[in-house]
Amino acid sequence: MATKTSPMRDLIFFVVFAVAVLTMPVWLAPIGAGYPDLLQKFAIYGLFATGFNLLFGLTGYLSFGHAAFLGVGSYSAVWTFKLLGMNPVPAAIVAVITSGIFALAIGYVSLRRSGIYFSILTLAFAQMSYNLAYSVLTPITNGETGLRVLRTDPRLFDSSNAVDGPLIANLFGIEMTGYAGFYFCAVVLLIAFFIAQRIFRSPFGIMLRAVKTNQNRMNYTGLNPRPYTLAAFVISGMYAGLAGALLCITDPLAGAERMQWTASGEVVLMTILGGAGTLLGPIFGAALIKYFENIFSAFNAQTLHEIFGFLPDFIEVPVVAVTSLFVGEGWHLTLGVLFMLIVVFLPGGLMEGFSRIGRLFKRSSGKSDQSGATAPAE
Amino acid sequence: MDVILLQLLNGLDKGGAYALIALGLTLIFGTLGVVNFAHGALFMLGAFCAVTFNKLLSLEVVTTDPTQTTAWGSPMEIRTPYVEAFLGDFGTWMLNYSVPMSILLAIPVMLLVGFIMERGLIKHFYKRAHADQILVTFGLAIVLQEVIKAIYGANPIPQPAPELVRGAADIGAAFGFDPGVIVYPYWRMVYLAFAGLVIGAVFAFLQFTTFGMVVRAGMADRDTVGLLGINIERRFTVVFAIAAVVAGLAGVMYTPILPPDYHMGMDFLVLSFVVVVVGGMGSLPGAVLAGFLLGILQSFASMNEVKAILPGIDQIIIYLVAVVILLVRPRGLMGRKGVMES
Repeated sequence: MATKTSPMRDLIFFVVFAVAVLTMPVWLAPIGAGYPDLLQKFAIYGLFATGFNLLFGLTGYLSFGHAAFLGVGSYSAVWTFKLLGMNPVPAAIVAVITSGIFALAIGYVSLRRSGIYFSILTLAFAQMSYNLAYSVLTPITNGETGLRVLRTDPRLFDSSNAVDGPLIANLFGIEMTGYAGFYFCAVVLLIAFFIAQRIFRSPFGIMLRAVKTNQNRMNYTGLNPRPYTLAAFVISGMYAGLAGALLCITDPLAGAERMQWTASGEVVLMTILGGAGTLLGPIFGAALIKYFENIFSAFNAQTLHEIFGFLPDFIEVPVVAVTSLFVGEGWHLTLGVLFMLIVVFLPGGLMEGFSRIGRLFKRSSGKSDQSGATAPAE
Repeated sequence: MDVILLQLLNGLDKGGAYALIALGLTLIFGTLGVVNFAHGALFMLGAFCAVTFNKLLSLEVVTTDPTQTTAWGSPMEIRTPYVEAFLGDFGTWMLNYSVPMSILLAIPVMLLVGFIMERGLIKHFYKRAHADQILVTFGLAIVLQEVIKAIYGANPIPQPAPELVRGAADIGAAFGFDPGVIVYPYWRMVYLAFAGLVIGAVFAFLQFTTFGMVVRAGMADRDTVGLLGINIERRFTVVFAIAAVVAGLAGVMYTPILPPDYHMGMDFLVLSFVVVVVGGMGSLPGAVLAGFLLGILQSFASMNEVKAILPGIDQIIIYLVAVVILLVRPRGLMGRKGVMES
């Protein structure tokens, strides 16, 4: 993607992206994704992956514990709902602040090491948070049941004192469900994307890339990489916390399973699939995974028989038997296979694939691309 | 005192499993330089070798006995496993000892799995970044566990220990403590002995054979070994297969302690990685030591007395130890200088 950057090109790029995101309900409708619940997920996980990419894509530090920040964001959002009222704005702000503090603490410790040690440390912290949320911290997290807003909660500034109906976050009277919820998430995503774009282009972003390229050289030039990586880690944690808050804004329930390490693995997957180090890649990867998760897990043997109905019986039966492994309950199998294929054949993710295809068509820009789609550093 | 001894013993068998998995992980890491996130899946595959063997043995032939009738008046069905029908008492014996017997199945299967994995996938990742290795083996682990889930379902499948070692021993009484306090299941003793045996065998193999010598030399400096005209890659394939077998055997023998399900590998993997890091990347004695150490620590942390002082400590002790070790002694307990240091 953007090989030559100028403020003008960035602005155009951003406007095109904004229009594309805001019109998603229209142009995604033909492929069966034009309904708000799924679109909200696209925006939220896109945000999550964008934040993760700020750390992994730029500095090359592979965190395996990012779901912890998502969980912290969710819990603090729900607590804000409980204490202050159902307005999403304070919830989002509180979530960003708490997850930022949390990320500062974890990052300060974890970033003392790099490479696989860093991955293990973040994984250890995330597992600790998850285990604690399940056991000892039950008074705060409500353990296995999950934390939800109750009618008996104080909700100090809540205007609506309706006695019946479910408690839904509302922004000055607009309920955060359906398309309103999606547009709220989309606007947050756009703001976050704009910030990410600024970071990519800023001197700070170049410093982060320097960390990835060669940390030793950076040390020799007299620069200390730690403040830069720590800042990236905290920003990335804040993005994750914001995504967690959005999850609760669209559905006010926070559970500990959001912090499990498989959830951390999922965001890694999204980023890699789309293309680490590119701006658009992670969002694309997140949307793709959520879309296929939604489509594939809805399939069952019956729908497969309908799809392959045109085949003669003796072929249809084995085809259905094999494909049914990959859909429905077995959707994770598809995910695993896809993941392996991407890492093996397309380390730069789908964005690299696109740029390869693009290069086939126009030879002229074949000299200098590689904006960030190189192998991650240790 | 007796309580402490009991927790020590309880920690040992879990520690044995950690040590075996961590041993394989370290072996792979030390020789091939590959971070294998699919090692937990190999442990799980081993456990499911035991399940498969047991299933095969207990395939039943259904005969009807006209002399007896059920409560509904239909002839009574008598189910006898084929092995009993064909082999008589020996068949019964085989069924009883299905878990230890399935080692015979697990060794060739795991060798094959290890061989295919290394030649088919890992080989291409020697030169890639560690992050890529983590990612591709993570994907492989997901695939393996989903395949097992598709075949065997999501529920744990309990495996019986042989009748001879099914009970528990009151070993406290033998050492002069009050009877009934230190009770330790026989199978855990078997597991402990088995873990010791396997660990000893691996170390002996590396220490006393020419092959082992080459592998150790390769761990120290693989370039020089290559320059001496030794095909180090071929040896490494064997090393990978051995590590797979060790993990698989650990899984086979663990089935009576923990009924295997498809995600047991992932559960153990995260902990085993922590064990490897605590022991020191690339140090085999370190991995074994850290395995037992963390197993025992975990069992102490789950004592009620400890939990009363520090609530929740049993859930996080291992990770906490890992964090402290990594920060205070980055090389781990017994890590060599210069291995995986940035």
